[in-house]
Amino acid sequence: MTQTVFAPWEDPGEKPLIQFKNVTKRFGSFTAIDNLTQDIYEREFFALLGPSGCGKTTMMRMLAGFEEVTEGQILLAGQDMARVPPNERAVNMMFQSYALFPHLSVWENIAFGLKRKKMPKSELDARVDEMLRLTRLERFARRKPHQISGGQRQRVALARSLARAPKLLLLDEPLGALDKKLRQDTQFELMDIQEKTGTTFVIVTHDQEESMTVASRVAVMDEGQIIQVATPDKIYEEPASLYVADFIGDVNIIEGIATKSGEDGYKINWSEGKEPFQAKTPRTLSEGQKAYIAIRPEKIAVSQDKPDSALNSIKGKIVDIAYLGNMSTYHVEIPGGLTIKAQTANTRRLSRRSFTWEDEVWLSWTLTAGSVLER
Amino acid sequence: MRRFSWFNATSLTFGFVFLYLPMLLLVIYSFNSSKLVTVWAGFSTKWYGELLQNEAFLDAAWVTLRVAVISSTIATVLGTMAAYVLVRSGRFLGRTLFSGMIYAPLVMPDVITGLSLLLLFIGIGLDRGVLTIVLAHTTFAMCYVSVVVSSRLVSFDKSLEEAALDLGCTPMQSFRLVTLPIIAPAVISGWLLAFTLSLDDLVIASFTAGPSSTTLPIKIFSAVRLGVSPEINALSTIMIGIVTIGVISASLITKRSMVRQQLEEQEAIRT
Amino acid sequence: MRRFFLIFIPYIWLLALFLVPFLIVFKISLSDIALAIPPYVPVIEWSDGWAGFKNFLSQLDLENFVWLTQDDLYWKAYLSSLKIAAVSTVLTLMVGYPIAYSMAQAPNEWRPTLMMLVILPFWTSFLIRVYSWMGILGKEGFLNQFLLWTGMISEPLQIMNTPTAVYIGIVYTYLPFMILPIYSALEKLDASLLEAAEDLGCSRLSAFWLVTIPLSKNGIIAGSFLVFIPALGEFVIPSLLGGSGTLMIGKVLWEEFFSNRDWPVASAVAVVLLLLLIIPIILFQKNEQKSREMDQ
Repeated sequence: MTQTVFAPWEDPGEKPLIQFKNVTKRFGSFTAIDNLTQDIYEREFFALLGPSGCGKTTMMRMLAGFEEVTEGQILLAGQDMARVPPNERAVNMMFQSYALFPHLSVWENIAFGLKRKKMPKSELDARVDEMLRLTRLERFARRKPHQISGGQRQRVALARSLARAPKLLLLDEPLGALDKKLRQDTQFELMDIQEKTGTTFVIVTHDQEESMTVASRVAVMDEGQIIQVATPDKIYEEPASLYVADFIGDVNIIEGIATKSGEDGYKINWSEGKEPFQAKTPRTLSEGQKAYIAIRPEKIAVSQDKPDSALNSIKGKIVDIAYLGNMSTYHVEIPGGLTIKAQTANTRRLSRRSFTWEDEVWLSWTLTAGSVLER
Repeated sequence: MRRFSWFNATSLTFGFVFLYLPMLLLVIYSFNSSKLVTVWAGFSTKWYGELLQNEAFLDAAWVTLRVAVISSTIATVLGTMAAYVLVRSGRFLGRTLFSGMIYAPLVMPDVITGLSLLLLFIGIGLDRGVLTIVLAHTTFAMCYVSVVVSSRLVSFDKSLEEAALDLGCTPMQSFRLVTLPIIAPAVISGWLLAFTLSLDDLVIASFTAGPSSTTLPIKIFSAVRLGVSPEINALSTIMIGIVTIGVISASLITKRSMVRQQLEEQEAIRT
Repeated sequence: MRRFFLIFIPYIWLLALFLVPFLIVFKISLSDIALAIPPYVPVIEWSDGWAGFKNFLSQLDLENFVWLTQDDLYWKAYLSSLKIAAVSTVLTLMVGYPIAYSMAQAPNEWRPTLMMLVILPFWTSFLIRVYSWMGILGKEGFLNQFLLWTGMISEPLQIMNTPTAVYIGIVYTYLPFMILPIYSALEKLDASLLEAAEDLGCSRLSAFWLVTIPLSKNGIIAGSFLVFIPALGEFVIPSLLGGSGTLMIGKVLWEEFFSNRDWPVASAVAVVLLLLLIIPIILFQKNEQKSREMDQ
C-alpha cells in the first residue's frame, strides 16, 4: 500500500505557493496581525479559524490586496505581492456578502471577470457555461441575483470567483449566510469543486465544524497570531494549548500539579487527598509544575460499577442529561465540585437508557485519552 | 472599502464654496456703508437701521408671518389627515385621484398653480387678500406635509396601534395617545417645511395677493428687479441668520436626544 | 363615520382648491379675450338653465391653441425652456455627482454635518439665493472684479441677462435636489461590490463605470427629474438673472397674464406647459416606483 497522503507541508522539497514572512499589520495603534510566518501549499484547502477580531479576515484581505502589509512580506509563487494591486493578482475572492452585482444577471456576473481579460467571445461563452455547469446553475443564467435563493447566490459567487482560474481562491465565511442543513451539503460541494479544479483554497471561518470538514489543514488564530496549524484530526486529538482545545469542540479541563510517573507519563494531582489522574504525553514537564488534562467528553466512559481495568476512574452523580438524538451528554458532578461532561452514543432506544438524573455512576478513561497541556 | 481621497476633499470643498460663497458675500456686503453694493467702503450697520424705518417692508413682513403661521398650521392638520388616509385607509372610491392630487402639486410649476387659483377666486367672487393667500399656501403646503408624514407612517409599526386598541382604546384615543406622539417629529418637520414654503413663496402669492396684502417676497422681488440694493442685502442677512440658527439648533436638539437615548440604552444594558 | 370625515375633509379641500381651478384654467383656455370683467367670453349664463350651458359650450374653441402655434414667441419660448431646463439639468448633474459621491466616501461621523450643509440652503429663501447672484454676475459684480484683478480678462464680461446666468442660477438653486437622491443611492452601495469588481480585474476607474454608475442610476434619474421638472416652468430665475436676453415659458405666462391681461392665452400657455410636463412626471413616477421595488 503506497497510496500517497496529501501532505506537501511535510515534504521539505515542496515549494509553498504562499509565504507569509514575518507579516505585521497595524491599523493605527491596533495590531491586527503580529509578526506572522506561515506557508500554504498548492492544492491545499487551508482554513483560518478563530473568533471575530482574531485577524483572520485581515490575513485574507492582505492576500487579496485590499490591505497593505505594514511590515514583512507576502510571496505568491515566490513573487513579492506588495506592489501588485488587487486587479492584477492571480487571486480571487468570494465575499462574505457574496457581493453579486445586483444590476447584472447571473451570466453577466460570472462573465464579469473574464471580460476584463479581453477574452475572445467564443472562449468566454464556453468558460461561463463551464462554470454554470460546475455549480449547477445552467437554469438560472438569465436571472438577476435577487431572483434566486441564498444557496444559488452562494454558488454564483463561487462560479464568478473561479471563472478567472485563479491560482488561489479566498473564501470569506462562504457558508455563513446559509442555514445548517444547506451548509453541510455545500461543504461537500466545495470540497468536490476544489478537487475538480485543483485550485488552492484559503477559507476564513469562525465555525470549527466547518473548518474541520473541508480543510486539509486548519490554522487556529487568536489576537493576530496563529496558535496551531495542523490537520483537523491532529487539531482535535492533540491540541497545542488550552485555547485550541477549548475552541475546537467540547472539552473537559482538569487543572493540577504534575509529577513524573514512569517512562513518558505524569500524575496530575488535581485535588488534595484525591487519587491523581494519570496521562501519557510526548511533552516534558518539570516536576511540580502546573498542568492541565484536556479530555473530550466522548473519550470518557460511563458505567454503573467501577471498571476493573481503567487507570483513571472516579465516582460522581449525574446532574444533567442533554439528549442530542444520536448521542447523550451526561453532566456528572465529582467530589470537589467539578462537573465532568461524558458523552455516549445512543445505540439503543431512549426508553431503555440505563442512567438517569441523580444516579451515581463511575467515569473512566485511558492513559492516552486526554492531552496534557501546559497552558 | 471607502477611501476618502484628494478628489473627494476637493470636490466637497468646491461644492460647498459654490453653495455658500454667494450668500456669504451677501451677508458681508450688507454691512457695507456704500450705496454701491459691490464696492467696499467700510463697515456700517446703517442699512439695518433704514430697513427698520421702512414701514412698507415691516407691513409686508407682518402679512407674510401671519399667512405662514395660519397656512402651515391648517396644512399640517390637513396633510397629516391625508397622509393617514393614504397609508392606512386601504381602498376607497377615488383613491387614485386622491393620491394624484397629493403628489401633483409637488411637481406643478408655481405659475400654473398661482394662475389656476386666481381664476378660481375670481370665478367665485372672493376678494383677494390674506385669506386667498392662506387658502393657496395651505393647498400646496398640505401636500408636502402629507409626503413627509406618510413616509414616517409607512415605517410605523402598526402593531402598536393594534396593541392600543387591544388594551381598550377607541380608534381616536389610539391615534392621540400612540400614533401622534410617535409621528410627532415628522408632523413638526412637516409644519416647519410648510412654514418655510409659505415664507418663501413669491409666484403663487403674486397671483393670489390683493393690493392691501403684499407679502415680503413680493416686496423683495419688485425691489430687486431694479437691481441690487443694500437694504435687501440687510434683509436677506436677517433671513439667512434666522434660518441658520433655526436649522442648526433643530439638528443639535435631534442629535442631543439621539445621544441621550443611546446613553440610556447603554445604561440599561449595563444594569 | 369618523373614517368618512378623515377622508372627506382633505379630499374636498383638494378637489375645490386644486382640481376645480384646473378645470377653470382649461375652460378659460378655450374662451376668447374680451374687454369685460372677467376679461373673457363666454361666461355661463346660469339663469338660462340648460340652454345657456349649451350656448356656452358652443362658443368654446381651440383658437388660443392655434394662436400659440402661429406666433413665434410661444413655441420659441417652449423650445428655449426645454433647452435651458435640459442643459441645466446636465450641468447640475455634473456639479452634483462628484459632491454626492464624495459625501458617500466621507467618514461616517462627517456625514450628518455634510447632509445638513447640503440641506441648509434649501431652507433659505429661494428668492434670496437667486438674488445673491445678481451682485456676483453683474457688470461691476464680484466675478468680473475678480477676473479683471487676476488679469484673465481685460473687459468685464456680460453674464447677467444671458442664458449663462440662468444656467448658473438653476444649477445653484436646484443643486440640493440633485445631490440628495444620488447620495442616498451611493450611500446604500455595498463597498464590497467595488472590491469584488477590483478582485475580478477592474481598475478603480472601470469599477466606477461598471458598478458605481449603474447602481446609482436611479438616484441620477430621480435627481435629474427633480431639477428638470421645476426648471421647465421656472419664473424667478429667468426674470431676475435672464432679463430680456432669455425666453422662458414661465415668464411668458406671467407677462401674458399681468401685462397683457390676456387670460385665455395665459391659460392656454399653462395647459400646454402642463402637457409638456406630464411625460417627465410619469417617467419620474415610474423610476421612483422601480427604485422602491429594488429596495424591497
